[in-house]
Amino acid sequence: MTTHAWDVIVIGAGHNGLVCAQHLARAGQSVLVLEAGSAVGGFAAAREFAPGFKAAVGAQLIHQFSDQSVRELQLERHGLRWAARKLSTTVVTPERSVRILGGQVSGTSANDAHAWAHLSARLDRYAQFLNAVQSSCPPRLGSTDFQDRWSLLKMGLRLRLLGRRDMREFLRIVGMNVYDLATDELADPLLQAALGMDAILGSNFGPRAPGTVLTLLSRRAGETTSANGYSLPIGGPGALAVALADAAQAAGVTLRTDALVARIAVEEDRVVGIDLATGERLCAPRVVSNVDPRQTFLSLLGTAHLDTGFVRRVDHFRQRGITAKLHLALDGLPTLQGLEPSRLGDRLLVAPSLDYIERAFNASKYGEVSSHPALEVTVPTIHDPSLAPAGQHVLTAIVNYAAFDTKAGTSAARAALLQNTLATLDAVAPGLSARVLHSELLLPSDLERECRVTGGHWHHGDLAFDQFLMVRPFPGAAQYDSPLQGLYLCGAGSHPGGGLTGLPGRLAAERILRSRP
Amino acid sequence: MSTGHDYPSPPHFRKPLLDTPFHERARALSQNDNFVPWSGYTTVDVFTTVEQEYFAIRNAATLYDLTPMIKYRVVGPDAERYLNRLVTRDVRKLKIGRVSYVVWCNDSGHILDDGTIFRFADQDFRLCTAERQLDWLLDSAIGFDVVVEEITAQVAALSLQGPTSCYVLKKFGLVGAEQIKPFEFREFQSAGRTIMVSRTGFTGDLGYELWMQPEHAIAIWDALVEAGRTRGIRAIGSQALNLARIEAGFLMPNIDFLSAEHTIRMHRERTPLELGLDWLVDLGKPHFNGRRALLRQKAEGLRRMLVGLDIEGNKPAHNALLYASPRDQRECGFITSAMWSPTCKRNIALAILDAPYFEMGRRVHADIYLHRELVWERRMAAATVVERPFFAPDRRRLTPPADR
Repeated sequence: MTTHAWDVIVIGAGHNGLVCAQHLARAGQSVLVLEAGSAVGGFAAAREFAPGFKAAVGAQLIHQFSDQSVRELQLERHGLRWAARKLSTTVVTPERSVRILGGQVSGTSANDAHAWAHLSARLDRYAQFLNAVQSSCPPRLGSTDFQDRWSLLKMGLRLRLLGRRDMREFLRIVGMNVYDLATDELADPLLQAALGMDAILGSNFGPRAPGTVLTLLSRRAGETTSANGYSLPIGGPGALAVALADAAQAAGVTLRTDALVARIAVEEDRVVGIDLATGERLCAPRVVSNVDPRQTFLSLLGTAHLDTGFVRRVDHFRQRGITAKLHLALDGLPTLQGLEPSRLGDRLLVAPSLDYIERAFNASKYGEVSSHPALEVTVPTIHDPSLAPAGQHVLTAIVNYAAFDTKAGTSAARAALLQNTLATLDAVAPGLSARVLHSELLLPSDLERECRVTGGHWHHGDLAFDQFLMVRPFPGAAQYDSPLQGLYLCGAGSHPGGGLTGLPGRLAAERILRSRP
Repeated sequence: MSTGHDYPSPPHFRKPLLDTPFHERARALSQNDNFVPWSGYTTVDVFTTVEQEYFAIRNAATLYDLTPMIKYRVVGPDAERYLNRLVTRDVRKLKIGRVSYVVWCNDSGHILDDGTIFRFADQDFRLCTAERQLDWLLDSAIGFDVVVEEITAQVAALSLQGPTSCYVLKKFGLVGAEQIKPFEFREFQSAGRTIMVSRTGFTGDLGYELWMQPEHAIAIWDALVEAGRTRGIRAIGSQALNLARIEAGFLMPNIDFLSAEHTIRMHRERTPLELGLDWLVDLGKPHFNGRRALLRQKAEGLRRMLVGLDIEGNKPAHNALLYASPRDQRECGFITSAMWSPTCKRNIALAILDAPYFEMGRRVHADIYLHRELVWERRMAAATVVERPFFAPDRRRLTPPADR
């Protein structure tokens, strides 16, 4: 009999890997988490981008991590503190702005405020339905297994329980593009743009892309799990990752950083562990990969262990990121045109209309960067001064869009997008660029390298109908399984997808515990 | 006057079927103008009569134009690993200068195609297939250091089959051709032309396949016809070959099984185990396409299998349904290929039978429909599951072959 050093090895200490590891350890498994980098957290990992200035590599706000998970995973006991909660969203243009908190809007017409409240309530009902689906393991289609049939039946029942009107309306809009939905329901271009931004952030879509209502609902579904809205932990999103790591270790998980996995070890058609790049073999009957599906199967496992049809599906999985991330070190607080300074603490959207976002998207289709990028901006130092030296500030922005393979080459594209982004910011906050002490713009190719995610895609793969639910990432690897006995997935490439939700990690752990080793 | 187009004349879309390098000779010898399309080429179905051509296969020597068979070159450091993952047989055991009959499957273990692999060197192979499938072959190459390219049009191929075929080769001037063992191939020089000769074929008889550059095709054809003049050599079409292959118990794609890529309905695909090709499946070698599915099928048992049938009477059981008892309403199988075998003097067929009727020696009944001068008649004929091949003369294996 083979003796294994560990019950389970988790590859990658991104937040999903850490969530999965803790759940497994609590169920009595001995768990080893291996992280290639020196910091935990993946896209949420903390990063000192200039001396004394800190930001997370990718994420800038927490808004989909459920309150239940915070309790279950005992994160507050392990150091998670909040700098700000329930942040408003402000859509800002040089001329005017609107401010959104849930279903309430200020700065728009009474009609639009009413329409927004109405639409918001409706979308929340659909989001709640979708959340129920997203927080359970998706069923296998065509399966005769009781569990699969039961969850499919439950899904159908839940949909029916929306009521006839809502069910029809849900089915009508779920395949639509957000452009049509927003222009149907709202008149204020700023509100339309706010809805559009939520639908496209992190994905390879413009607001006119079919299926963007689904991405919008999927995002909102995650948001229904927390009563606290957009939140910022003290220390930034990286602090959530650190708390996850500490809590996992307290639950018995062993964490090794700077441990680059070279390959998943296979003997007699089943997983026996992993080989580190150093040549060290670590044995476990089960390996859980938090790495994106493409790397997991094509690089770490190798196609020789897989069937061609499956490899074809891996190869066709769409995961080219087109979202960039900007970090600015500022020597003082910028001023927003026509707004009081405190509004800088909001989640700021710089996207005056849906057409503006769509035009920004066009560039990425042709191997270029947006001349007028659409931005989600935060100034976290308003709430948490510890992120910068005294009196100085950090500004972070999610920048849409930058093609993965830019025609101009990486450094020219980086310089161009930085210039375009600063110009865009200067228009709403005059003089901002003069305050910049240091800047860092991470293109998708930079994120690919920094976070070791193929394509640098925020969600490890586009959220689209053909990569959603029971077919995410693709048939044969959905439900956190793989064709190879003992190999599982727990990353954002799996259902329900990306964002700081921890759900793929939790559901993968449930799946693994249900299956035989 | 310029038409504004620079198409070759006549433009390609005026002649959708290509000519093979032997076409000029085939056209001249064809008495019935009986041409059929095959993989994008026009080829002869019958030159004179099927009977004449069939008996030439079993009693003399025959030439059959094989050029439309799809050929791929597979080269590179991972070529062996690549092919071993692609097909169900263990390619590591294939020596240089040898040929192997193989099948390959999709993920669910269903057959995509059958064909042959030639090994020229450690890292240099040729894969011959019935269907074009570069997409599958290229997708299979993901993660392997290998180059796959189609070379169908770059290699002309001619099948020389029949008991006098070795004599024809020697007379043609290929010294040492008689030493080629079954599933072996060698290169020869003849009048400054390179010819590769493999002892392979689709007739179950003594025979060879000749591979050459297309520009040498006509000259080699003429020289072979000349060399075989006293040995009854004749050109044959696909119909006669089809009879010979049924006797040999060989399977014909699109007749005895469909490529899983082409099936639409459930349960129309076939695994190698279901086709009685378990001897081609090496479940002990490293992972290959469909292995996990085949292991599952093996554990669960087969629901149907392809077998040989010996049917009473002499009426070929074309397309007949099979019943466990003559009075059954529900069929237990169906015929895929059938013929009266003149050489065996038996009424033979290949059939798919449900479990448990495919056991050796089991008796079933074939519902044969006969079309006699526009009148349909029906015969319920008893049939017995028998071993394949139906016809396997010693001369197909004998090295050197007898000098006739």
